[in-house]
Amino acid sequence: MASRLSLTLKIWRQVAADAPGAFETHQLEGLSPDLSLLEVLDLLNGELVARGERPVGFEHDCREGICGSCGFLVNGQAHGPQLATTVCQLYVRQFRPGETLVLEPFRAQAFPLLQDLSVDRSALDRIIEAGGYCSVNTGSAVEANTILIGRDQAASAFDTATCIGCGACVASCRNASASLFVAAKLAHLGQLPQGQPERRERARALQERMEAEGFGGCSNHLECEATCPKQISADWISWMHREGRR
Amino acid sequence: MSARDFGWDPRVPSGPLDTAWQRCRDGLPLIAPNNRQRLRILVVGSGLAGASAAATLAEQGYRVQVVTYHDSPRRAHSVAAQGGINAAKNYANDGDSVARLFRDTLKGGDFRAREAGCHRLAEISSAIIDQCVAQGVPFAREYGGTLANRSFGGTQVSRTFYARGQTGQQLLYGAYQALMRQVAAGRVELFCRRDMLELVTVEGVARGVVCRHQLTGALEVFTAHAVLLASGGYSNVYYLSTNAVKSNASAIVGAYRKGALLANPCFTQIHPTCIPAGEAWQSKLTLMSESLRNDGRIWLPARPGDGRSAAAIPEAERDYFLERQYPSFGNMVPRDLASRRARERCLAGHGVGPGGRSVYLDLADAIARDGKTAIAERYGNLLEMYERITGEDPTATPMRIYPAPHYTMGGLWVDYHLMSSVPGLFVLGEANFSEHGANRLGASALMQGLADGYFIAPATVTAWLAAQPHPEVGPQHSACRSALAEGQARVDRLMAVPGCRPVDDFHRALGLLMIDACGISRQADRLQAALGELARLQQEFRSELKLPDHGSPINAELEKALRLEDFLGLAEVMLRDALAREESCGAHFREEHQTSDGEALRDDDRFAHIAAWEYVAEAAPRRHCEPLRFTVLPPSTRNYR
Repeated sequence: MASRLSLTLKIWRQVAADAPGAFETHQLEGLSPDLSLLEVLDLLNGELVARGERPVGFEHDCREGICGSCGFLVNGQAHGPQLATTVCQLYVRQFRPGETLVLEPFRAQAFPLLQDLSVDRSALDRIIEAGGYCSVNTGSAVEANTILIGRDQAASAFDTATCIGCGACVASCRNASASLFVAAKLAHLGQLPQGQPERRERARALQERMEAEGFGGCSNHLECEATCPKQISADWISWMHREGRR
Repeated sequence: MSARDFGWDPRVPSGPLDTAWQRCRDGLPLIAPNNRQRLRILVVGSGLAGASAAATLAEQGYRVQVVTYHDSPRRAHSVAAQGGINAAKNYANDGDSVARLFRDTLKGGDFRAREAGCHRLAEISSAIIDQCVAQGVPFAREYGGTLANRSFGGTQVSRTFYARGQTGQQLLYGAYQALMRQVAAGRVELFCRRDMLELVTVEGVARGVVCRHQLTGALEVFTAHAVLLASGGYSNVYYLSTNAVKSNASAIVGAYRKGALLANPCFTQIHPTCIPAGEAWQSKLTLMSESLRNDGRIWLPARPGDGRSAAAIPEAERDYFLERQYPSFGNMVPRDLASRRARERCLAGHGVGPGGRSVYLDLADAIARDGKTAIAERYGNLLEMYERITGEDPTATPMRIYPAPHYTMGGLWVDYHLMSSVPGLFVLGEANFSEHGANRLGASALMQGLADGYFIAPATVTAWLAAQPHPEVGPQHSACRSALAEGQARVDRLMAVPGCRPVDDFHRALGLLMIDACGISRQADRLQAALGELARLQQEFRSELKLPDHGSPINAELEKALRLEDFLGLAEVMLRDALAREESCGAHFREEHQTSDGEALRDDDRFAHIAAWEYVAEAAPRRHCEPLRFTVLPPSTRNYR
């Protein structure tokens, strides 16, 4: 087992959106390399609470990289330096002993700050609300095997459907665009026969809602793809643009 | 109390089993479309069961409100289910049928579930797949475009539909999108970041809930004509489990305190293949899909205390204990057996890893047979996930795994209509106790959650609403005001404790206590002692807790404390239930009740019943028994030797 190490955390502290914020530095010694970064924050919070100080606010839940709750910047990168990883799956062993980590919230106009490292990402739900679905009521479905979908086509639809709605693509884009999020949903449904009847309208509605929520347009920097924990390809943004707003 | 005296009507239809649900539905009253919009339904929870019920009821024209503790309904813990969802489609043409899925479910639950409920679940299973496909759920496909199936959890037929290792995620997104469509249509109102604190009852009928808003700290009351709880399971009573860190039992415990019976709470499933516990600050145990047991061989050093690395232990000194003990099923024995045997070997000093609390799951033979590429392809993201968490390459050294609390079969008692013993309160999905008996089969949780939400509750909730007068209950009603006051008193009490220990300290202590006394293996003396330890822990919690108070309404520590208070209450009923059930069945193994070769001894004469616990203020809960009758399939004993 690798030996224990120390880390310095520079954490953005801001009690509320309308309060001033600043970095706060904490030195943590003797950390096990097997702790996740969120567990390091748990540990720090335990110490803060015991000392009568306000614990660090951050979002989390499943801690296995699938719920999409967690997410903040580690040294400027959404979800930190490791490829295809949410911040809950980032482990101490991935850092050098003594390294300083700067933890900041996702910064985007459409993601208002709540506290410390937590932001409000409900804008993403409102994008789905605008048409990110197939309009089919319970009970009216046809027998499942009457809809044939080729194996590769189904796999490709699946790849885009794996988006966990974490918002890292937005946080890593200099235009704070949600293009990859929107493209992923359009591509998931647009590649399947079930999604065809509403395909045009969906493409228009989701992109309009994205703009209305204050997200920018695609910056063409492809940082979104690099940071996406589910490795959704930015090619789908081009695909979305070809879909146009027909 | 004898089984004959059960005071609640389970409303199980009489007559032939295979037409029971149809006959029940045909007899249910309906409500005309134009009258539905006057009726309000409140759903607590946005996972598979909650989201599917809310969307479907809204489609029918009711006004639905959904409260969830998440920031988005898409994050509910159903999202983490990996393996798949069963359905009796018989696409594989391998002899599957509704009758066979029914039998497997009832047998898998070790005859501790109602046969009518199990049969209905098997009947509905096919329509669930149709519905999900229509929504665009990208299930795995064959080259010809038809749906792919696999065998799962040791069944003899291939009836499991899957979307790589993320089936729960894809099914949840289907239900979530259906829900958001109804939000867009104005028929569903979403209330995120709310923790349910109290159930509101008016003259004994469920009419609403009190929630705490996590961002403002305000307590709010939501009223409705029917209340649906779909708040998930309670494995986090063990602190470390495969559940999401915030998964909690507060909704079901709140209902229990208001008179809803809690059924079979000691039936909890410990999943054999999870990444083991290590560090004190470890916050969760990650599940490794049990499909790994198809190719992985489980072993431990034959000599206790063998400190050598796995590679240094020669073949002859390895004990493939499952293959040795169960020659015909080997590593594929059911979850409870695999878990129990692993624990036994570890307690006997053979365990490996920190504290000797893990066993090897070795892919070496499979890699030698099929090649590393084939194995990596088959388990792709699982192997990556393992390496990310442990820092070890599972294709180079054997994986280390250990059982972890995963799914809770117990939950609020419901009748055949999914209504609890509190009229107007329906319970769906993992939150109820229904169809899995003493042990759930793999790929059946998703099936049950969606059966409840898409098909059963929409029919039975309608029937309830049709049969009731609907006096309006507003937030000013005295029942709402008193529930609000109770909720506020709870918050104030916790905030006022002048202690010095953070919440997680107590939760960790509770977890250790519960996993030891009420985990894989249970025994009367230990359960009895645990009740005393639990009472002391509760006392400490009330006097030594420290919560931060810095004027900010956002207080994650308070949220945790409210949840833990409910887990502490639940733990007591679990211990009492495990103590009272003097038999071994399914996941409930009582050491006093085993055969000479260590297999479970069920006692159908004394325990062929559902244990339903009634809350009694300031006293021990009261145990009631709903007898179980088996008309189609006589109870048999499992044999995997």
